[in-house]
Amino acid sequence: MTDLLFTRVRLLDPASGLDRPGALLVRDGAILDFGGALGQPAGAEVIDGAGAVLCPGLVDLRAALGEPGFEYRETIDSAALAAAAGGITTIAVLPDSRPAIDDPALVQFLRARGDATGSLTLLPYGAVTRGCRGEALAEFGLLREAGAIAFSDGARAIGPASLMRRALSYARGFGARIVQHPEEPSLAADGAATEGELATRLGLPGIPACAEAIMVARDIHLAELTGGMVHFSRLSTAAALDLVRAAKSRGLPVTCDTAPPYFALNEMAIGEFRSYAKLSPPLRAEADRAAVAAALADGTIDAVVSDHQPRDADDKRLPFAEAAPGGAGLATLLAVTLAEVHGGRLSLTRAVALLTAAPAALFGIAAGRLQKGAPADLCLFHLDRAWRVVAGELPGKAQNTPFDGRALEGRVIGTWKAGRRVFG
Amino acid sequence: MADPPRHLLAIEGLQPPPLTALLDLAESYVLLNRSGQTARDLLRGRTLINLFFEDSTRTRTSFELAGKRLGADVINMAVASSSVNKGETLLDTAATLNAMHCDLLVVRHNQSGAPNLLAQKVDAAVINAGDGTHEHPTQALLDALTIRRRTGRIAGLVVAICGDIVHSRVARSNIHLLTTLGAQVRVVGPPTLIPAAIERLGVAVFHDMAEGLAGADVVMMLRLQRERMIGGLVPSAREYFRFWGLDAAKLARAAPAAIVMHPGPMNRGIEIDSLVADDPARSVIREQVEMGVAVRMAVLDTLARARPKLRND
Repeated sequence: MTDLLFTRVRLLDPASGLDRPGALLVRDGAILDFGGALGQPAGAEVIDGAGAVLCPGLVDLRAALGEPGFEYRETIDSAALAAAAGGITTIAVLPDSRPAIDDPALVQFLRARGDATGSLTLLPYGAVTRGCRGEALAEFGLLREAGAIAFSDGARAIGPASLMRRALSYARGFGARIVQHPEEPSLAADGAATEGELATRLGLPGIPACAEAIMVARDIHLAELTGGMVHFSRLSTAAALDLVRAAKSRGLPVTCDTAPPYFALNEMAIGEFRSYAKLSPPLRAEADRAAVAAALADGTIDAVVSDHQPRDADDKRLPFAEAAPGGAGLATLLAVTLAEVHGGRLSLTRAVALLTAAPAALFGIAAGRLQKGAPADLCLFHLDRAWRVVAGELPGKAQNTPFDGRALEGRVIGTWKAGRRVFG
Repeated sequence: MADPPRHLLAIEGLQPPPLTALLDLAESYVLLNRSGQTARDLLRGRTLINLFFEDSTRTRTSFELAGKRLGADVINMAVASSSVNKGETLLDTAATLNAMHCDLLVVRHNQSGAPNLLAQKVDAAVINAGDGTHEHPTQALLDALTIRRRTGRIAGLVVAICGDIVHSRVARSNIHLLTTLGAQVRVVGPPTLIPAAIERLGVAVFHDMAEGLAGADVVMMLRLQRERMIGGLVPSAREYFRFWGLDAAKLARAAPAAIVMHPGPMNRGIEIDSLVADDPARSVIREQVEMGVAVRMAVLDTLARARPKLRND
């Protein structure tokens, strides 16, 4: 493998606070050196960044990839294309596939499938319950041993308080987090949109926004009771964020993430029954969207995840309440997050931290940093380059973006996995 | 002036002039229908398809009659939800209809927004004949016409819409139409049957029937479906009738000449007492049915005029 030298890049490593113009040298797939100026080894391939940002490859803590079981929506290979185009080199994969990831062999299978792409590290979640059916606990110990990074039932909330209590308690023995879909299921049943004026006008069954805070409040109590670690994925309301903020200030092992739709869109994106804007949790009122954006900046939110949920046209071209919820998110993860930077609400370092070092640190993933000797998982992006999201023209198979038509600033121009260029 | 709308999917968003124009045109069809004449040249050569994914003898028959009186070729397609489950999607159905060169498509569906989805894909003018809990535009138009003929106006009237508001597309369309034309609209019912933030649609909310009906010029009752009781939103029929069923005593709180309306079919003894429903001095329920045909003729006529003729005849 020839050496790879990035020159004239803006080196950005949130973990170490590094943000300076410079160069970075890759040898044998690992970062050999970086700094203000580096000598050019003979025969090195030179990438002239012309001022673009070079940061760690993005670490996405939440994506469904369609495989196994829903290959018509997305496969690991097609998701790998989308991820590479989005600058993502590590993905935590949800376990609610078909079959569910409730067996150690399936964890190993997914990790191997990721490695086989050559562009992506796949880190599977283990199921909290067998089949993600919400009944009997899965084998946390064996799943963890096989490489499950945390436990989740995917899009399904862990409903009964007694079950959540046991899951938190048992997972604690293995040092693993329980990742909750923060929505009280009995209030969310059959709902298609956030309860309120818009849902009332459209005649859509509503989910009260407090279904989120109710679940978050309960699980914070259960985390305190058991000493287990809970992580709330895709928080979308001010009330739930307030609860997490308060729990953190008390030192409880409570963390959370959100996804770009919840700080970049509000419920009005549904318009007249646009099913591509049907997500779970549903898009919220403007005040909640603003609260999510604020919580990115103040540290309440620990990570931004793609929440990639591939759907095909047949899943979506249905009357709104019957359409499958979920949006494609890999290719737009970085640029939609950067909109917060361009809007002056978030520093570039914090934005990139939320996509790299912070999620990696949450789950103890060895990625998300510019570190000498570490695999050269890198993302090179142009901070200001404008582009437009067009459903139908996204990389990968899934085209169900809630951001269709949106103009964005900030574009990935190259992605490297262990020193090998996988995009751009 | 803007192009005339291609479809009638909702009342929400329509301004007073087109609404009044439809009511005026419908008025002329009332006279035509009463005279025993028809206007069979108006829609001659046009194909009207009644596509009903949900049973409704009343609305389907009304559209069928309206189409025939204007000379359209009318075809009824009843699509039980079971056959949709066989794998044919709404959009497959749209493709089929396009191949049939349908001009006017009347759609009833149990899902909110289904006619909007069809309208994106079919060449025909789509008329929403009731979609889920969203809208039922022609019902609101026929209600408005009935009110206008009885009281001579809509602006300034106090209209109380009572009962299961949350599941009612009739209520939503009526709220939009009546508030747009200047009526004061109240919704009355138990809190479990009042949708969130309904006051943002410009209505006042009452849970006490006597207060809600006080001084009302129009009392519009809605059907309470039995499954709402099974769903636990109301404990029992007798409790519902006691507090929200319309009987003579509750009606006495309304204005002396108040009229009583119901979109049908009625649950006698649950949301309305037979003595009130059948009182010719107060109940305009039968007149609503008559207005339904005239209003649908006006809608079909208006939308057909906005379309280029597909064939010469």
